[in-house]
Amino acid sequence: MTAVTDVSRSASNKPRFVVCEGNEAAAIGVGLARPDVVAVYPITPQSSLVEHLSQMIADGRLRADLMNVEGEHAVMCGLQGVALAGGRTFTATCGPGLAFMFEPYVRTPGLRLPMVASLVTRDLLSPQCVWGGQQDAMVVREAGWIQMYCETVQEILDTTVMAYKIAEHRDVMLPINVCHDGNYLSFGVTRVEVPDQQEVDDFLGPPNINWHIALDPSRPMGVDPLTGGAGGAGPRNFVRYRKGQVRGMQNALRVIREVHATWGECFGRYHAPLVEEYRLDDADAALVTIGSMTGAAKDAVDLARDQGEAVGLIKIKTFRPFPLQAIVAALAKVKRIGVVDRSVSFGWNCGPVYQEILGALYHTGKSVPAISFIGGLAGADITVEHFARAIALTRELEWDRASNEPVWLNESD
Amino acid sequence: MQRQSRDHFDASTIPDDLAPIATVLSGMLPGDWRSMRPLINRLKCVKCGLCWLYCPVQCVVEKPRWFEFDLAVCKGCGVCAQECPHRAIRMIAEVGR
Repeated sequence: MTAVTDVSRSASNKPRFVVCEGNEAAAIGVGLARPDVVAVYPITPQSSLVEHLSQMIADGRLRADLMNVEGEHAVMCGLQGVALAGGRTFTATCGPGLAFMFEPYVRTPGLRLPMVASLVTRDLLSPQCVWGGQQDAMVVREAGWIQMYCETVQEILDTTVMAYKIAEHRDVMLPINVCHDGNYLSFGVTRVEVPDQQEVDDFLGPPNINWHIALDPSRPMGVDPLTGGAGGAGPRNFVRYRKGQVRGMQNALRVIREVHATWGECFGRYHAPLVEEYRLDDADAALVTIGSMTGAAKDAVDLARDQGEAVGLIKIKTFRPFPLQAIVAALAKVKRIGVVDRSVSFGWNCGPVYQEILGALYHTGKSVPAISFIGGLAGADITVEHFARAIALTRELEWDRASNEPVWLNESD
Repeated sequence: MQRQSRDHFDASTIPDDLAPIATVLSGMLPGDWRSMRPLINRLKCVKCGLCWLYCPVQCVVEKPRWFEFDLAVCKGCGVCAQECPHRAIRMIAEVGR
């Protein structure tokens, strides 16, 4: 375990560097955002994130209440109360913990509570597995939470702070999952730059979380009453709220871009907010990636380019809301597409990102052959060699030889 | 939300499509959806008060010489008729509403 630097009492504006794992970077980001209440239940591979936060609170470096609750369901129920009382919140979970949290988890977006929660993504049971994979996050992609997938440890820290500003924006008011890959990012140790506390305070501004729905004696209101059944105004009320929620998701596409741009201006690090295009101009074929696998994929693209192959890469950072325009703009540049998923779609016999890329392809107005790669399940490493094979298979794609079968990258490891 | 009696505070600054909140009071009394109602036979009633004791929504109202039911509150569960030792209460169907 690495040393946690003093985040809250920094005396200088000089950038400070620490060497830490992804879970600690997330904890540092949380500390900089100064949440009022942190409620957590430990679960692999998220546990060290909780431990870092507990230590920060125990040391007095983070002045937050730590709620040690009996399980993830109580975590989310408790934090809903905190948010309704106006507090900034944080939690983190994954896999089976997320599954246990599901009931209050799906209510949070409808209540428009701007929470931030890390998903340290993990493959879902069964078969028994405590290792990385994105199946848990993909299962909840229609739960109404914003999902941003990080590529690097630095991006975890930066995105965790940015997530509060995005979630609490009045045009958004939705909870955010900052997703980072279990094992590869959670325990991957690198050097990260820690921003200055005062600058983060200025960047985020004071929280105003329950201006619209509150547990507040001076503004008594019924929170989340029944909208009513058919035959009355109930379904009409329900549709109004649902449409507002969907609009908030679409607004988030703009706000995520704005906040990433502001972050770049303030701290000098520009992360692609929705979609990153890597060596895509004049590319014939492209890989689509999501999360930490992107680093190895970029290396494979570089090697292919060295061989004179016209290959590029499209990385998805924001998956919910789906960045349709940015994806369509990227897809329109290429003639062959290979999508690498770290999870499966049981319904479509492919990866879930692949299936959604096919949906986006419709909007490009052209059809191009595409192929689904599934790799990195249960903590398997997707290496440069795996991506080289994916690139080779993608470059060979022709309509007359198109297959609906996914390629399982780690099948023969 | 729809059945307004009095405003608790001015919610006009909150967008009405954001989060489901109710800022006006609604009693949500069970009398709206009752399918049976109790009918009391005052000749059989000995005013023992067992119905008053058992009623889960406390809709039995004590009068100087008898008991009666507040039908805005009664949910028609029939506990009173079941427990009455003199069979003075029977449940009849709500019809024609």
